[in-house]
Amino acid sequence: MNIVVLMKQTVDTEAKIVLNSDGKIDTNGVTLVINPLDEYAIEEALRIKERLGGEVTIVTLGGDQATAAVRSALAMGADKAVQINDPALGEVDEGMAATILAKAVQTLPHDIVLAGVMDTDNGSAQVAVRMAEKMELPSISSVTKLDIDESLATAKRVIDGGLATLEVTLPAVITVVQGINEVRYPSVAGIMKAKKKPLTVLKLSDLGLDASNLAVQAKVLKFTLPIPRQGGKKLPGEPAEAASLLARLLREEAKVL
Amino acid sequence: MMFELSEDHVMMRKMVRDFAENECAAGAEERDEKEEFPSEIWHKLAELGLAGITFPEKYGGVEADYLSYAIAVEELSRVDASVGVTVSAHSSLCANPIYLFGTEEQKQKYLVPLASGEKIGAFGLTEPMAGSDASGTRTTAVKDGNDYIINGSKIFITNAYEADTYVVTAQMDKSKGNKGIAAFILEKGMPGFTFGKKEKKMGIRSSATYELVFDNVRVPGENLLGEEGQGFKIAMITLDFGRIGIASQALGIAQGAYEQAKNYAKERVQFGQPIAQFQANQFKLADMATQIEAARLLVYQSAYLATQHKPVSKASAMAKLHASETAMWVTTQAVQMHGGYGYTREYPVERMMRDAKITEIYEGTSEVQRIVIASHILKE
Amino acid sequence: MPKGIWIFVEQAAGKIRKISFELLSQGRKIADQTGEPLVAVIIGEKVANLAKEAAEYGADKVYLLDSPQLAQYTTGAYTSVLTKLLRNEEPQAFLMGHTALAKDLAPRLAQRLGVGLASDIIDIEVNQEKFLLFKRPVFTGSAFSFVEILTKPLLATVRAKSFVASEPDPTRQAEVIEVAAEIDPGDLKVILKDVALIVTSRPALTEADIVISGGRGMKAKENFTILEDLADVVGAAVGASRAAVDSGWIDNQFQVGQTGSIVAPTLYIACGISGAIQHIAGMGASKVIIAINKDPDAPIFNVADYGIVGDLFEVVPLLTEEFKKLVNE
Repeated sequence: MNIVVLMKQTVDTEAKIVLNSDGKIDTNGVTLVINPLDEYAIEEALRIKERLGGEVTIVTLGGDQATAAVRSALAMGADKAVQINDPALGEVDEGMAATILAKAVQTLPHDIVLAGVMDTDNGSAQVAVRMAEKMELPSISSVTKLDIDESLATAKRVIDGGLATLEVTLPAVITVVQGINEVRYPSVAGIMKAKKKPLTVLKLSDLGLDASNLAVQAKVLKFTLPIPRQGGKKLPGEPAEAASLLARLLREEAKVL
Repeated sequence: MMFELSEDHVMMRKMVRDFAENECAAGAEERDEKEEFPSEIWHKLAELGLAGITFPEKYGGVEADYLSYAIAVEELSRVDASVGVTVSAHSSLCANPIYLFGTEEQKQKYLVPLASGEKIGAFGLTEPMAGSDASGTRTTAVKDGNDYIINGSKIFITNAYEADTYVVTAQMDKSKGNKGIAAFILEKGMPGFTFGKKEKKMGIRSSATYELVFDNVRVPGENLLGEEGQGFKIAMITLDFGRIGIASQALGIAQGAYEQAKNYAKERVQFGQPIAQFQANQFKLADMATQIEAARLLVYQSAYLATQHKPVSKASAMAKLHASETAMWVTTQAVQMHGGYGYTREYPVERMMRDAKITEIYEGTSEVQRIVIASHILKE
Repeated sequence: MPKGIWIFVEQAAGKIRKISFELLSQGRKIADQTGEPLVAVIIGEKVANLAKEAAEYGADKVYLLDSPQLAQYTTGAYTSVLTKLLRNEEPQAFLMGHTALAKDLAPRLAQRLGVGLASDIIDIEVNQEKFLLFKRPVFTGSAFSFVEILTKPLLATVRAKSFVASEPDPTRQAEVIEVAAEIDPGDLKVILKDVALIVTSRPALTEADIVISGGRGMKAKENFTILEDLADVVGAAVGASRAAVDSGWIDNQFQVGQTGSIVAPTLYIACGISGAIQHIAGMGASKVIIAINKDPDAPIFNVADYGIVGDLFEVVPLLTEEFKKLVNE
């Protein structure tokens, strides 16, 4: 089975976010990681490979610093990787990312394309589904359990209030949520082998694309930082007193009960 | 001279750090309190290849370099020094001498399961009358046909009882002094080989430490490691490499304690400000960070020399000496910085301080390290 | 020719979801400011009766796509019918609640229409030249980005409780247009086999006015009953931190956080939750936050309006009694 995983490098969710002098997010010194939701996708891909055989290819759109994330994915057990790294690319929105990734994935044999449901930087949960539409592939998003039998994929998808069970004949794009599996640590052997695995770096021109033809449709005008919420009072006294005081404050002061 | 870690080493550090934080951190205090050996953790880390980091693939190891090993022990020890020493004693003190001095048959029989972590290893050198003075070995081995009969006891043996494989030294000819000592590979369960009391320790309490008791233990001739009379040399070389592991453990302990102290100082408010703002504390933290960095460079240098098959004895003694004394100092300061809270079990620094002390003692006390270093430098 | 501010009015089990009322209400304000009509789109089976409610909340016009094939949401069918409708009518903007349904539908729709999409927005600014600007949280809620969509229709999904539902006006009327549902067979590749909904009398997490959540401090699955008891006194939803979910004490469904549900109730009570950034990203916009935790240094106290440093196993049952008294007053 040819399994492709879309992976994005993101900022560690623990990192403190500040704006630089240009008003953009300052990425100096922040820890960069594999998007945690993509880790679940990579793990799912590895499990499918272990069960059904085949190859796992990582596809990433990202600059030089993303290479470390790609190597980490290879260390986990992926077989090869394609990184689209083109300095000509400026601001990329979800539509552009989908267009570029679609072209890259189309060059690879793909029975199933996996991705995390969203990335923790942007949180928009659009790219993989857009890419599926662009490639005219069916998609199932927010999957919490995936079973594959020959070319039939059965997925349990998280919906408001429960789960929906869906079936689709491959090829298809599946996005996964946290909890679908337990992500493995790369083994020491995996780490050592990572640098020997094929990593192909592509420019837009290799995909028949031109940066000037790709237009941003969702333009970010500016960033601001939130006003931090202030901690309030710690209520004194024994549990009984504190509970009583809290109830009273909620009714009389906060007026929420 | 490399001052930046390669991509592989960065990945290695991240993997072991994540493993340590996710798998070891939460239970460390309880395991310390109950003196509970980290068996489950052992199986998980063995699966990742952490039990046989430096050994060749043909023996089931991962064939990574000593720096990878040092980083692994450091990162484990940063969170739980007992897990760190379990790996270190197993790899450096048991698997390594078999790798360096064993026959092909011995390697296939013993090194392979040790490298995979299927079996745990231990090293029996120390005795009631033979601590710093290994020539005081009273355990005896007498040839009997093709076999050897071993009598005596060992104390303070790390991984004892949990381990299946033991490299043990015994005196075959007292008149030859150190040159009369031989090393043997013993298996748990050999008739006459039992365990004495479990040691109640100040620190590394979840690391298993027991007495070994040999009562007419019949050891087959094939289990002689190296040659008769080579045992002391095997032990000394084993310790030269083992020091890299303990130095890494001490480094990890120091790093963990320093981070705790730094984070606490940034949060704890007294006299209207975080105590990290007071110069006395800033100086302390600066000194901690500097000493740790120096220890790190010494550890990495000794790891580098080991990988290059260059003489490692002086470098590893320096690394162990400095890292262990740094760990003791840093952890003590870390407790101090936490004030009263640092003295309670609520915070991990008291455990780290108790854990640090042994690093100045085992695998050659700081005094012995100084003797080793002096013996090298006076020849230069 | 004003083509309208369009609102996707999402229904579940024949009832309009709360978020749609919030969107209709805010949409009404935007429509008044921009001189556009407010248009509602309702998709499902036997949903004609919902048009009246959409009108009461401000819609001038309601499009009904009513068909057995649309009874349950599927990506393909809904994308198919909506694309046709939006291409024919060319609205200025099309807003949906950021629900599980829209999270799946909106990107597919946006791509098919060839337009940009602002997801999970928390505010809309009516702007002279740019028409509508969208504000959305990024980087685990550590920053906000302000987005201009350069294409039409402006597509956006809106986070629950970003806007307030107004009082419905029972006298309001709207023009109701039934649209034939024409679904491209090529869009029916994914087959819905089953929908399993959790039966509960408690409100949905993202719709609840009060949420009571438990974290690592809960220590065991069984202990969640004390939170359920508290929740039931005040009609609250029960939530959990990731630690509790990962420990297997409560289902994933109940996770509040960056990778779970993002909630903004009037009152959020965090019990035994330390307050990791990813959790705060999921509840930091709550109006009033209470924290109950044994650890006085737990970061949750930095965002809590009121905190109790104590054992939740003592405090929560006492609080339940106090709330009972309040309810009875």
